[in-house]
Amino acid sequence: MRVATAKESYAADQGLFKTDTQKVWFGLLLAALVLFPLHGSNYWMFLAVLVMINIISTTGLNILTGYTGQVSLGHAAFMAVGAYTVAFFDGRFDTPVLLNLVLAGAVAAFIGYLVGLPSLRIKGLYLAIATLAASVILGFIFLNWTPVTGGLRGLNVPTATIAGIELATPDRLYWLVMPITVIMVLAAKNLFRTRVGRAFIAIRDRDISAEIIGISLLKYKLTSFAISSFYAGVAGGLWAYLFRVVTPESFPALASIFFLAAVIVGGAGTIIGGIFGAVFMTLIPEFLKLAATAVVPWFPDAPIYLAPVRAIIFGLLIIGFLIFEPMGLAEMWRRTRRYFALWPFRT
Amino acid sequence: MAIEFIDIVETSLAGLGTGSLMALTGVAFVIIYKATKVINLAIGEMLMIGAFVFYGFSAGLALPIWASVPATLVVAALIGGVIERTMIRPLLKDNPVSVFMVTIGLTSVLIGVVELVWSAEPRRLPEFLPQQPVLLGDAFIPSKTAYSFLIASAVMAVLITVFAFWRGGIALRATATDRAAASSVGIDVPGVFSFSWMLAATVAALAGILVGSVGGISSAMGLFGLSVFVVVIVGGLDSILGALIAGLFIGWLEAMVGRFLGGEFKLLATFSILLIVLVVRPYGLFGTHEIERL
Repeated sequence: MRVATAKESYAADQGLFKTDTQKVWFGLLLAALVLFPLHGSNYWMFLAVLVMINIISTTGLNILTGYTGQVSLGHAAFMAVGAYTVAFFDGRFDTPVLLNLVLAGAVAAFIGYLVGLPSLRIKGLYLAIATLAASVILGFIFLNWTPVTGGLRGLNVPTATIAGIELATPDRLYWLVMPITVIMVLAAKNLFRTRVGRAFIAIRDRDISAEIIGISLLKYKLTSFAISSFYAGVAGGLWAYLFRVVTPESFPALASIFFLAAVIVGGAGTIIGGIFGAVFMTLIPEFLKLAATAVVPWFPDAPIYLAPVRAIIFGLLIIGFLIFEPMGLAEMWRRTRRYFALWPFRT
Repeated sequence: MAIEFIDIVETSLAGLGTGSLMALTGVAFVIIYKATKVINLAIGEMLMIGAFVFYGFSAGLALPIWASVPATLVVAALIGGVIERTMIRPLLKDNPVSVFMVTIGLTSVLIGVVELVWSAEPRRLPEFLPQQPVLLGDAFIPSKTAYSFLIASAVMAVLITVFAFWRGGIALRATATDRAAASSVGIDVPGVFSFSWMLAATVAALAGILVGSVGGISSAMGLFGLSVFVVVIVGGLDSILGALIAGLFIGWLEAMVGRFLGGEFKLLATFSILLIVLVVRPYGLFGTHEIERL
């Protein structure tokens, strides 16, 4: 039983980790992340890398939608921008991997900044549709700017190579993706201890009040768009190294909805929620696949119905979470923690 | 390439035909938005499920046309009512973005149900509109386009009259203006919510039958809703007249762009129009400008 969390300074109260228990758990998580490849098969390594890429992207959307309150239906298009940037620079100029990823983030951030421009005049759902429009226009550019994007056929991405080591398989790529994920998630967590992050939250809670207390809406909304797109761009770049090919169909509008759903199912406006959401939404289809193969002895037709059943369960999950647990998985996690922190007293 | 005048006329007429169906679906959207302030992203899928239910009655059970259309409309109304009661009403007090997300989830559920029951293959509806092509002067119009335009116009005329004069329509407009005030003068506000969803689902299903009879049906036909979305945003979310004018305009624009620039420019053109309208008039051409207070 933990008795109290008294703090002697503001700095300690605002700390990234507030208790020693949290530090221990975080250390254990890092150890697990380092040890995981010892055990994992190639399939599990692939899933792990994909989950981490989705965590980066979901965290980015969470910064924009969960913390700043700007709903975006164009997040996947920013990922595509990142993926194309990596494919273009690595394929054309053979630039180093880390530079490509930074470029992917930067280009996506710039495009996100432009897409964010209407956000001062329009808000809420009108803005969501405007971002959808932006992603349609980006999709048109990917399809028709053939000299750069390869048109319908898309671009092939070379193997990621760092210091002469080829990261061709997921278990090697893991050592590139995992540290980047940890760093970017911690950076997002840190962002909300700064002036910029607090401004985002103020804008989400009431934009007019935020403006009255001196927060420049234009500056911070656009910053939020840029940071969020930077995350999407880096995630898209890593995605390109994982799948090694980028086409206009790689990031359909449905993928944007996937990330928005991940933010909501996980819990909008909490960093851990973004992680939960990405893990949950990525793994659910895999579990459904497993379940479908498991019931084959009784229902031989099960795999045929897999796709529609997956769509139905996906939709029902979103609806169910919104109706019964609007704060998402993060809220369940908070309740669980509270239970153990207060034990043996009831909450 | 010399563009002939008759070509322009024919393309315009075909575009207005599609536009009238967009306008009809847009009206279904506006009915829901006016009453419940819900942005229904699933309007295209409600249209799709209407078309498939009609397919089930007319091709599956081989009912004659005069029986399967009313049956479809009744089933659509039921579906609309169930959606409203189970998914929308529990969330009406929450923020609009959650309800919006619910309709995104609904999109996925409806597509899944259709693919589970009818599989993902495209199908053709039985022919029920007259086959004789229509000539307007020298311009040739495919019969399906012409008749669906007429039916859509008639339905919209009826809807507009109904909203202007019938008690239920007035109740709906009162609820749209001020829920609390409407409730205090004895209007059954939850009843109006249910009614608006049922009516919208019916109108969408009717549009679905018409769209399906022109171009066939598939589980992807909900994408039609994407253009409808542009229509209602351009017209203004809460304006039936706006949906009507914007529907005809967007339909005409898509046909012209598709004919003279190429099909891949269609979405680009409509979404560019959308962005321009959003930046110039954020509440659409005919929408109500909301006043924000602290």
